[in-house]
Amino acid sequence: MLDQVARTAIEAGFPAWPTDGVTRVPYWVFQDRAIYAAEQKRIFQGPSWNFLCLAVEVKNTGDFITTFIGDTPVIVARDSDGELYAFENRCAHRGALIALEERGNTKAFTCVYHAWSYDRQGNLKEVAFKDGIKGKGGMSPSFCMEHHNPRKLRLAEAFGLVFGSFSNDVPPLEEHLGEEIHSRIGRVLGGRTPAVLGRYTQSLPNNWKLYVENVKDSYHASILHLFFTTFELNRLSQTGGIIVDPTGGHHVSFSAVNATAEQDNEYAEQNIRSDSEFSLADPSLLQSFKEFPDNVTLQILSVFPTFVLQQIQNAIAVRQIVPRGVNRTDLHWTLLGFAEDTPEQRLTRLKQANLVGPAGYISMEDGCVGGFVQRGIAGADGEKAVIEMGGASTDSSESRVTEASVRGFWKAYRNQMSL
Amino acid sequence: MTDIVALIARAQNAYVRCIDNGQIEAWPDFFEDNCLYKITTADNHSRGLEAGVIFANSKGMLRDRIASLREANIYERHAYRHFLGQPWIVSEQTDEVRCETSFFVVRIMRDGTTDVYATGQYLDAYTMGERDLKLHERIVVCDSSRFDTLLALPL
Repeated sequence: MLDQVARTAIEAGFPAWPTDGVTRVPYWVFQDRAIYAAEQKRIFQGPSWNFLCLAVEVKNTGDFITTFIGDTPVIVARDSDGELYAFENRCAHRGALIALEERGNTKAFTCVYHAWSYDRQGNLKEVAFKDGIKGKGGMSPSFCMEHHNPRKLRLAEAFGLVFGSFSNDVPPLEEHLGEEIHSRIGRVLGGRTPAVLGRYTQSLPNNWKLYVENVKDSYHASILHLFFTTFELNRLSQTGGIIVDPTGGHHVSFSAVNATAEQDNEYAEQNIRSDSEFSLADPSLLQSFKEFPDNVTLQILSVFPTFVLQQIQNAIAVRQIVPRGVNRTDLHWTLLGFAEDTPEQRLTRLKQANLVGPAGYISMEDGCVGGFVQRGIAGADGEKAVIEMGGASTDSSESRVTEASVRGFWKAYRNQMSL
Repeated sequence: MTDIVALIARAQNAYVRCIDNGQIEAWPDFFEDNCLYKITTADNHSRGLEAGVIFANSKGMLRDRIASLREANIYERHAYRHFLGQPWIVSEQTDEVRCETSFFVVRIMRDGTTDVYATGQYLDAYTMGERDLKLHERIVVCDSSRFDTLLALPL
């Protein structure tokens, strides 16, 4: 018997999801153009909150950035009333991009094609030669500029992170995130002023969902990433866990150092370093400063569908995942410090930025492994992934040897895609 | 002036030859003990944003980078081929020369796929020793902000 979800999927022209729920993920979801198109409608333009930028990146009147929600180009701008506005980066006339730069400051946006002009709230304000020339040509007298705007987005902020939505149905951001996720964003960003330390884009040779799976996969960390292990930097006293929100779509994975064991451990670490075959020539890379009242040294947080907030020791960054086709994904990194940082703290952040990004000691492999899967599953659209570590649940857990948050993603995905 | 250009060009050639021939254990030796090596983007550089894709402020950190590539990090085998422009001497003092040199780097993957990987310029400060010259500072400014999949080998 097919369940209702499977029936809906088949009616939409997609194959049925395998039995066994979210412990099996069919490979066609990473390969199918129709799925990719449906994701644009049902997820990115559907009831989701999508990360757009940091509020500090559009701090002053007239500041704007351009970004994407799924495939859709979007402008975020601050108007003279001090508020942020976001709208499609698509001229209402013939569809050209309204803004070409990634960021800047402007009084208005004018499409280069025919000079249709928009205010910073996305309202069409001028149409070139609207009344024609010398009484000839021009738009029809019935043409009403108010009826021709790019689509506008709902906006909401959480601790200086700006999210946008095309949907009027999605609950308010804070409610959508839930208290546990919201408070852990606040743990990293709350009460201080983020400062952008650098940006870069990593292009990934795989479907966007393979990167999301990787972010949510706490099972692979000590296996794929050998930097800490090789240099004997793993802390035996580490504790940790994962939090999966009730929708499954958002998660937090964290590890913490046990404060009392830490002192013994530091002593042991000295010995290990001298005995170890490999040790860091310059261990200052990992000499962190105490930044949080708790002892959490790693917190990876994701918001469905495509946002990641990272704290790895003192390396803080946001990552925005932008799908660029079935097989291509852009990963936009924004490395953060805070206005309150001392010069020494700033230097520590610059050093620890070596841990992440395309050259990251512990995230170099993450950029590659999605491509390994994309290439591995070529020709296997009838096969499926096994996601059974830690059982079948999507619950929070004290163990990180689980794929519960990966299953959580598929739970939210299937729900939103009606798959 | 010509001598300086020739000296710098020779040092630059030795540097890229070392990387392209896969002898990256020798790569840190092109730097002074107290050095700055950074890979960043033209956009970050022009905006005065400090963080790079790679940031090292000691020769030890460069050695650690190579040790990690050899012993810890997992990535598909690949190689670079660097093409360099002529160094442009920005300033010349007895003990330090600052110069800029364009680079063009092709990446050859394990399966033979060959792509333009990066273009940009080296912003260098060379310390002029009696026997040789060492990099005191190399800021690798990539023209593009986009990096394909990974950046393992140094530029």
